[in-house]
Amino acid sequence: MMRDEKGMMTPELRAEIDAILTASGNDGSKLVGILLDIQDIIPMHYIPEEVAYYLAEKLNVKVSNVYDVISFYASLYDRPRGQYPIQMCESIVCGVNDNGFVFATLQEMLGIGLNEATADGKYYLECVPCFGACDVAPAVRVNGKVYGHLNSREKIEAMLAELV
Amino acid sequence: MTKTVTFMTRNFNKYDVMSIDEYIAIGGFTALKRAITMDGEDIAREIAACQVKGRGGAAYDMGKKWSQARSEKNPEKVIVCNADEGEPCTFKDRTLIQNDPFNLLEGMIIAGYTMKAQNGYIYMREEYSHLRPILLNAIKQANEKGYLGKNILGVEGFDYQIHLYSGAGAYVCGEGTALVESIEGKAGRPRMKPPYIKQCGLYNLPTCVQNVESLSLVAGILNNGDTYKSYGPADCLGTKLVSVAGNVNRPGVYEIPFGMTVREIIYDLAGGVQGDRDIRLIQFGGASGKIAPASVLDTPYTYDDLKGAGVGVGSGAILVVDERTSVIDFLTTTQQFFSHESCGQCAPCREGNLHIKLLLQKVKAGTHTASDVKLLKQIAETMMITSLCGLGQAAQSALLAAMKHFPQTFEVK
Repeated sequence: MMRDEKGMMTPELRAEIDAILTASGNDGSKLVGILLDIQDIIPMHYIPEEVAYYLAEKLNVKVSNVYDVISFYASLYDRPRGQYPIQMCESIVCGVNDNGFVFATLQEMLGIGLNEATADGKYYLECVPCFGACDVAPAVRVNGKVYGHLNSREKIEAMLAELV
Repeated sequence: MTKTVTFMTRNFNKYDVMSIDEYIAIGGFTALKRAITMDGEDIAREIAACQVKGRGGAAYDMGKKWSQARSEKNPEKVIVCNADEGEPCTFKDRTLIQNDPFNLLEGMIIAGYTMKAQNGYIYMREEYSHLRPILLNAIKQANEKGYLGKNILGVEGFDYQIHLYSGAGAYVCGEGTALVESIEGKAGRPRMKPPYIKQCGLYNLPTCVQNVESLSLVAGILNNGDTYKSYGPADCLGTKLVSVAGNVNRPGVYEIPFGMTVREIIYDLAGGVQGDRDIRLIQFGGASGKIAPASVLDTPYTYDDLKGAGVGVGSGAILVVDERTSVIDFLTTTQQFFSHESCGQCAPCREGNLHIKLLLQKVKAGTHTASDVKLLKQIAETMMITSLCGLGQAAQSALLAAMKHFPQTFEVK
């Protein structure tokens, strides 16, 4: 299924969004969960402006309310990220288990800095607070899946190899 | 591991978490069946007799909370299960949801019966989105078997439904009023109190918020309260899940009887410190918890003993940091967390976190003066007293404890 890279609303995307809205009973009080579900199906994992306006109309809430929610929650994004946003834990438990090695190695391997995407839009690097994987620190999380014990170059390579 | 116990974790790996039939086959829902023959006040009393304190961090007397929630007059009430465990180094609730979702549900249904609530909401952090299918399936199967829905188990008027809501990466939403704002579909900014959520919470209804671990205790206590009471010293009965991580050899979640020493937890259960290094500091209860040097090792893990040692149980996290990390680097990383997570609504927390970050930078660079150190303490104490919610009030616990236990970190050069 092809969608415009800029996040324009295609008929397919509209149908998928409508299905998410129907499943949640078009209930504006479920806005947080609805936005998360939609962000999951958008290839670059963010909420495009057009989608935000569409939601406001369908759920009968103000656009400013939609953006209040998007900008408040750290897991909601209003800018394109990548197909595989790699979330690196920056909290203390991964910190004392040398997450600096993970940051440096990923930046070097992918040739990008923090909050940047590779030229093909496939990988994106970001730092996030603790996601509760302290038992396998240092860890990263990609599209909901946790990869832990990233204490060697080989393990980081293996993690990247899984993202296809 | 012989030193751990299996009261809360008794069902782990005993059944397929996607099958309610298997849960029933190992004795699931017997506590609920007993509960519906009891008066709600008696249920609250049994919990109180086990001295259970809320496991989210505030350690509020759980029996008392249930009793108070019962006495609210509003005919409509809600139960909220707080599964937003966002404290760094805390991952015990994740383990409970992953390994025994039906036990959690059973606890929530008993809570609903006791407090005469119509709806229960599980608010789970986005970071645990991989556990959503487990809970959605549990709720669906419980509905099919008549453990949720109308006239549950044939009790006339016992109508109760459980809903799953997701957080979206906001630590502050672990705070009760922010949590209910978030379930209502809004940004999770804490409300002014009063009114307290027990009187006026989610959708302005009386709301009883309980942590995953607290609710996971309920079925076990109704079935085997005496077993629970057989653990721990007389003034701190029962068992507790601790999540131990950091520079230890075997990080993980362990169920311990209260009264086990911190040394036993770290060295016997968690396998000691990586590379047998010395401990720089231990933080209890997550990022908002206090820190202590290794002298705390022989303290028994109970509410009072930890308090006496200047720390606390909090979320049940035990973070071990070895000598490779300096106190100031530890504080800087912790501060980065709170600077990120402050919602920015009230001035003490918003401005305080900013200025503490700047002052810590000076301490790290060694360019601080005596008046900087004084100011650091003043701001931290002001945040503690004047912030609107628990986030700002507890954000500087580690800093204040560090100033007490590690004064050399702040010495003016």
